[in-house]
Amino acid sequence: MQALFDDVGLVIALTGVLAAASAALLGSVLVVRGQAMLTDAVSHGVVFGIAATYLLTGAVSGPVQLLGAAAAGVLTVVLTQWLAASGRVRRDAATGLVFPALFAAGVVILSLFARDVHVDAHTVLLGEIGFVWLDQVPFLGLEVPRSTLVLAGVLLLDAAYVLAFWDRLVASSFDPLHAKLRGLRPGGVSLGLLVLMAVTAVAALDAVGVVLFVAFAIVPAVAARLLAGSMGGVAVMAVAAASAAAVAGYPLAVALDVSIGGTMALLTAVPLAAAAAWRLARARS
Amino acid sequence: MPLELDPTVVTVAAGAVLLGLTSGALGTFAVLRRQSLLGDVMSHAALPGVVGGYLVAGTRTLPAMLAGALVTGLAAAALAWTLHRRLRVKSEAALGAALGLGFALGVVLLSYVQRQPGAGSAGLETFLFGQAAATLRSDLVVLMVVAALCLGAVTIFFGELELATFDPTYARARGHSVELYDAALTGLLAVAVVIGLQLVGVVLMSALVVAPAVAARQFARSLRGMFWLAGGTGAACALTGALVSAASPGLATGPVVVLVASVVAGLALLVGPERGRSAEA
Repeated sequence: MQALFDDVGLVIALTGVLAAASAALLGSVLVVRGQAMLTDAVSHGVVFGIAATYLLTGAVSGPVQLLGAAAAGVLTVVLTQWLAASGRVRRDAATGLVFPALFAAGVVILSLFARDVHVDAHTVLLGEIGFVWLDQVPFLGLEVPRSTLVLAGVLLLDAAYVLAFWDRLVASSFDPLHAKLRGLRPGGVSLGLLVLMAVTAVAALDAVGVVLFVAFAIVPAVAARLLAGSMGGVAVMAVAAASAAAVAGYPLAVALDVSIGGTMALLTAVPLAAAAAWRLARARS
Repeated sequence: MPLELDPTVVTVAAGAVLLGLTSGALGTFAVLRRQSLLGDVMSHAALPGVVGGYLVAGTRTLPAMLAGALVTGLAAAALAWTLHRRLRVKSEAALGAALGLGFALGVVLLSYVQRQPGAGSAGLETFLFGQAAATLRSDLVVLMVVAALCLGAVTIFFGELELATFDPTYARARGHSVELYDAALTGLLAVAVVIGLQLVGVVLMSALVVAPAVAARQFARSLRGMFWLAGGTGAACALTGALVSAASPGLATGPVVVLVASVVAGLALLVGPERGRSAEA
């Protein structure tokens, strides 16, 4: 068993699959809801949370960082929606104003105060999936990479949430008013989804960084949306497409000697292109 | 401390003013036409173009890299448009997919270039967060030409662009080709994004397009007023941020510029009379 976790290639591929699958699972719900750009806002806002938590507590990993960063991710969305609701800025401009501001603040804090820590601006942007195996923690008598373990836990949490609240998620996605009248609390399930998105973004940051996380959350879900007719179908296909891209991305990146995270994210274009071609061909016939 | 006019500082300052003016002013149309997120897509998707331009030119030449950025930025916009219009993907998802894929391609190309032997490629990484100190005197000429062309074109066709933005139906009835003006404004948005990449970087450039326009919108009473006020705000923010970052080694320019612009936009939203009063009334 330990031999599995000593195989660097296997650990990197596994970490990629876990990050891609958890992003794609939550992303598929947001894509169906037409709120895909929330992913972008949350993942950038998380960086501010990481910087602020470091500044206040000195934490560079662990539950304190996770909580602080997730809170900032949620705060980004709340601020955006509040600004848009104030009527002074339209929604797209509010989005384009709030998350870059918080992200910029986070990067400035990290550049000024955290120069010697591994959470530098470059890592949060691009991730370091090639180095995740360096940081190992004991788990059930095995030495397991911390990032892989955290991502596995987060994926389980995401899956449990989505399965447990499936009916409510579907109802609040398609008919929030009806869901509210039936007492399904669409606001509550949506907030839970947002919190999990933020937690997932923090967990995936070490591996793939802010922007590639957005690619994993949105691109496979868009591909799945072109093919599947139900929300369940979209979720399952998105997770499958994202995982396949991560699995194929590792050996390809090694063979070409290029960025592993980037290649994994770029390969999500393959299912998207296939799905788009299928749809266009069907439209013509 | 007496302020010495170091030629490097003068170059950096002039570059920052030119780019802040251009992207700030052109951001007016982006914000009014609800294309803020499209700007974000274009700036992220400019990364593969920057690296591609470097690969084609063989050295770090700004015109080649900015031309490449323009091509890939517009290609990402076309991808988002195709997903949305031809395949009926919701607009946010279409934009997000184009942004993610464009940036992923950029990351892969960047890592490829960086692993090639030879110098020069190391500096490419500054295009992520921007580096004001990297501005050369020759870059200023490029910036000046682009700024003059864009602002000049907008000034000449201001009436038409105003009509196409606020009342496309009437514009069409008057015999104007609204599609042409739409395309031109999307092209100008791409230029507004691309022109600042060296100073502000691909990750945050769109904020320098959006924030000054949002600030100007709170005070301006006309489109022309908003246009020039956004330009002035952009120039002031870019100048402040560039000088602060140039004076503090290790601090990338983009985040500082965007932080300054965001604070200005936030203050304008708090104290601005125009939109606020009308919204409350």
